[in-house]
Amino acid sequence: MSTALQAIGRIGIGFIRELGRLGWFIIYAFYMVVRRPGAPRHILKQMRFIGTKSLFVIFLTAAFTGMVLGLQGYYTLAKFGSEGMLGTAVALSLIRELGPVLSALMVTGRAGSAITAEIGIMRISEQIDALETMALDPFKYLVTPKFIAAMLALPLLCAIFDVVGIYGGWLVGVKLLGVNPGAYFYEMEKAVVWRDIYSGIAKSFSFGIIIAWIGCYKGYFAGHGAEGVSRATTESVVMTSVLILVWDYFLTSVLL
Amino acid sequence: MIKLTNVHKSFGEQKVLNGLNLSVPEGVITAVIGPSGEGKSVLLKHIIGLLQPDAGTIEVDGESMLGLRRSQLNRIREKFGMLFQNAALFDSMSVFENVAFPLQEKTRLSRDEIRRTVLDALEAVGLKNVESKYPDELSGGMKKRVGLARAVVMSPKIILFDEPTTGLDPVIKRAIHQLIRDTHEKYGFTAVIVSHEIPEIFDIAHHVAMLYRGEILQHGTPADIQNSTHPVVRQFISGSLDGPIPYGATT
Repeated sequence: MSTALQAIGRIGIGFIRELGRLGWFIIYAFYMVVRRPGAPRHILKQMRFIGTKSLFVIFLTAAFTGMVLGLQGYYTLAKFGSEGMLGTAVALSLIRELGPVLSALMVTGRAGSAITAEIGIMRISEQIDALETMALDPFKYLVTPKFIAAMLALPLLCAIFDVVGIYGGWLVGVKLLGVNPGAYFYEMEKAVVWRDIYSGIAKSFSFGIIIAWIGCYKGYFAGHGAEGVSRATTESVVMTSVLILVWDYFLTSVLL
Repeated sequence: MIKLTNVHKSFGEQKVLNGLNLSVPEGVITAVIGPSGEGKSVLLKHIIGLLQPDAGTIEVDGESMLGLRRSQLNRIREKFGMLFQNAALFDSMSVFENVAFPLQEKTRLSRDEIRRTVLDALEAVGLKNVESKYPDELSGGMKKRVGLARAVVMSPKIILFDEPTTGLDPVIKRAIHQLIRDTHEKYGFTAVIVSHEIPEIFDIAHHVAMLYRGEILQHGTPADIQNSTHPVVRQFISGSLDGPIPYGATT
């Protein structure tokens, strides 16, 4: 009995300690973002890595997401004789929900995992210790630029996702299934309001923070050896993806 | 002057440092020898503030290293350079960028001055025409040389060496030892070398301390240690299997 209680206690203490470290990590990261954001070249390098290099995968997923929305939306709306509303359905789904969430999940898989692996390898090969011994703060070089880059890149990637997705829906709905092109864009323009766009951008901004936070944290505290880095990378992707979906629900309930 | 007094450190149930006392004299090379797994690297990490002791005090030039804010700790760390066991070079940077990094981040030197200083440091460690190579293109000995160049480039007052010759062949080993002695003569820093290279370490160290079971068992000049009658010291420097050091504590 006492052994079981001890085990529960140990798990509980471990969980609380992990939460404390996570909290400390993001507070210190924001302190550094404000106080010492790092050299612009470090931030630009990360912008290129997180943003520019994710463009291909964002284009690809956005196009097919828009196309499948066009296809599904057309056959659903056709039952009610409302094919003209296809543009609105595609645009609102993308701008409010799918654009921010799917672009964030794609960046998590592509860049979030790489952030964890990079920092994790630096941890186990003592490169982070080397920075410390040079009297340099590792956050300034490894964490802060990634936070700033992810906060800036995610909204931009989300905007690109939305536009490409809308044209994917247009391709299927208008070009393949014969929806009136004027209705597709006119109805969209009537239905989409600034608040929809604002909420999508706010979501992707906060998803950028989550990707940088969990990606950097898991790498910074990676365990021992190659196995430690591999476990940290897996945990990083899973935890980031779950947090994005959970946070999305709460944010949607506030922003709606 | 580095002074550690009654330092204790445990990792979970494992006691690594157990009331360790050590004074490192200024301007000379101090070697810390002892079997593997006895906490020699842990000792170095305490000296530079990468680890904090559970109990005891650590002073560098009369200033305590304990309970400091990052900015205060960094001010003391500016006195240090460190050569890690695996060199710990930044693997996404070239040799030149690795050595130039502390100069770019901590000084206001011009690009030309940085270039000149880096090339001088690389030449001092016997490296030429490798500036554009990346760490994974270098041999183990070359990595250690680049690590040494990076450690000396800011002209620190103290340099810590964590097993600088582990995993190198005998010729490169001798070359690295020679290099440490030459750079010490050139720059005049205080050096702490963690090593179990016996007997080579006695040729370059001015002061030797034997670490065993978390304590400094004996310290003195290389001759004092070589002539020691302590059974643990005798067994360690002779490499004998018979004696108080269990096999499990040695490599």
